Amino acid sequence: MRRHVLIALAAAAAALALPAAAQKVTEVNFYYPVAVGGPVTKTIDQMAADFGKENPDIKVNPIYSGTYQESIVKVLTAVKSGKPPQLAVLLSTDMFTLIDEDAIIPIDEVASSADDKKWLDGFYKSFMMNSRTGGKTWGIPFQRSTIVLYWNKDLFKEAGLDPEKGPASWDQMVDFAKKLTKTDASGNVTQYGVKIPSSGFPYWLFQGLTTPNDVELMNEAGTETYFDKPAVIEALQYWVDLSAKHKVMPGGVIEWGTTPKDFLEKKAAMIWTTTGNLTNIRSNASFPFGVAMLPEKKHPGSPTGGGNFYLFAKTTPAEQQAALKFAKWATAPQRAAAWSIATGYVAVTPAAWETPEMKKYAQEVPQAVVARDQLAHSVAELSTHDNQRVTKALNDGLQGALTGSKPPADAMRDAQREATRLLRSYKR
Amino acid sequence: MTGGMDAASARGGDAATRASVAPRRDLVPASHAVTAWLLLMPALVLLIAFTHWPAVATLWHSFFSTPKKGRPEVYVGLDNYRAMVEDDVFWQALWNNVVFALGTIPLSIALALAMALWVNSRLTGRGFLRLAYFTPTVLPMIAVANIWLFFYTPQYGLLEQITGALGLPSHNWLGDRSTVLGAMIVVAIWKEAGFFMIFYLAALQQISPTLAEAAALEGASRGQYFRRVLFPLLMPTTLFVLINALINSVRMVDHIFVMTRGGPDNASALLLYYIYQVGFSFWDSAYAAALTVVVLVVLGVTAFVKFRFLDRRTHYQ
Repeated sequence: MRRHVLIALAAAAAALALPAAAQKVTEVNFYYPVAVGGPVTKTIDQMAADFGKENPDIKVNPIYSGTYQESIVKVLTAVKSGKPPQLAVLLSTDMFTLIDEDAIIPIDEVASSADDKKWLDGFYKSFMMNSRTGGKTWGIPFQRSTIVLYWNKDLFKEAGLDPEKGPASWDQMVDFAKKLTKTDASGNVTQYGVKIPSSGFPYWLFQGLTTPNDVELMNEAGTETYFDKPAVIEALQYWVDLSAKHKVMPGGVIEWGTTPKDFLEKKAAMIWTTTGNLTNIRSNASFPFGVAMLPEKKHPGSPTGGGNFYLFAKTTPAEQQAALKFAKWATAPQRAAAWSIATGYVAVTPAAWETPEMKKYAQEVPQAVVARDQLAHSVAELSTHDNQRVTKALNDGLQGALTGSKPPADAMRDAQREATRLLRSYKR
Repeated sequence: MTGGMDAASARGGDAATRASVAPRRDLVPASHAVTAWLLLMPALVLLIAFTHWPAVATLWHSFFSTPKKGRPEVYVGLDNYRAMVEDDVFWQALWNNVVFALGTIPLSIALALAMALWVNSRLTGRGFLRLAYFTPTVLPMIAVANIWLFFYTPQYGLLEQITGALGLPSHNWLGDRSTVLGAMIVVAIWKEAGFFMIFYLAALQQISPTLAEAAALEGASRGQYFRRVLFPLLMPTTLFVLINALINSVRMVDHIFVMTRGGPDNASALLLYYIYQVGFSFWDSAYAAALTVVVLVVLGVTAFVKFRFLDRRTHYQ
């Protein structure tokens, strides 16, 4: 009996000693959220495995960390407990929060070779707007999206509109929406002309209105907001009028999560939602549909959205290099193309669109190209210091106006006052 | 969670009393005291580590500022509490919580009692009925909230289909400031009533049938029997359920996360949800601590009042 125990102990000791012998493997803990439908977890696991085959000296451990919101909670908790991940995908708008918490390091400090510089310059400029501040690069675009307009071609035909053309301008959208809104005998609306969701993060969709109206919501340093500018109030007035005056959009707050379903159920003829829903709508729509850039006012425009790679402080240089290597590998043209096709996110580099896979996809799904073309007119998503609080101030104001409890001008002035108060200490 | 821990400590306490009282007091050897403390230890460690220490630490942190880059934690006295007084969202969340509590507690208790009386009587398939009433409690809140989200969906949700069939106008239940909190209250009642029913059912089964027979012999009506006999005998259960309902009205926020995220414009923000936001979205841990202290004090005072005044009027068998 005793001998058995000894043998078992020896075996255990040998087993423990083995990894010590192969100590050169650098581990990269990689936190990532899932924000769109589809087998994203499987895709990421596969990526990590493929990367491991090509780079036996690095082991990437993908850790699914919930929604974006849950992910930043987990990451910051890990940072505060002294065990930060080496790599994470978090919202591009979390940049200032992560900087203020001393959680992340500038990418350009790690990616210093000429080759690295070329790689960093290879991304779409509009995706880099949310990734740079103060002359440094803090994030690497990975799963990025933008807002587009989806329209139902069958319903357009029924209403006597050209089914191949989405609305090009604000006035035209109201015009189309009026023709597309149907009311039954008892006065209930059975089909709305348009739905712009306003639950959760209405500020993002609001930027789809402010950007074409030629106004930005914040400065690049993230220390100032411009919520009470006349052009911003005008944009909100337009949004409110869609339901209050024109009756082509439901009143109150419209749920983000069910908007694609409303479209699929033909309860809304046009919807605004992320490009990330393209794969979902494409596989579930029983009717032909079109995707258009957001309608223009003074010019076309939309905010970008989605997640960036971040590298973390309090990790070893070797780990940082390993994490960077994976991020580079994952954003290489072919990988970026495969990721875009699998999820519906916009491929992050022009080079990715030149790959044969992506060219084929663009031919099969011409709707995917709209998001890319819109990037030329895209601006950074709202992001400031104390980001969540500042955006909440704006969200509350937007929802207040949309539910009719405050006139748009008052709502935006209140939001601006609150934002100014919050950002006071960062303005130095 | 708290309830379970309290029960554990109470049992530990009993054991300790028995252990130390058994021999004559002056002859108690020191080893007995050690045994007693050892017996108390597991519950004590858990209670202190996970209940008392966090509460004290929360109070302590509420007097300091949140450490930020380049600005370490400093003592700020009552600054966090002053900020709270000026915080409109806090007052809105507090008011919402009062409405939420007043809406859920009486209704869910009344419903629980009615359901318990119903499934306690002799009827066919009552096992199935009991199960049906208890099901909402078993289901995870997140899943349930997603189902309710569909119920409330404008245009094609279940509720809309029913009201539409009756010819009533369409309504955006969760998107309207005036109806969203009511919609949340309904979900909470649906979720809780079945849970409280189980306690009432257990209590009803403890009551001797001879009481009903005696009451019938005396010529008491069913209403009188319920008012004069049954309800007073159920008072300990009611008190227990009342405390639980109060705790739940502060604790239950899962459905807010899934269904409204506190919106529109904070119309459905409850205190705990707001604390979560301040703590884990805004990362203002000091202010979150101050908010938590207020919730603790309010809950503590309410529980104290309830035990102090309702206990006197409660008849324990």
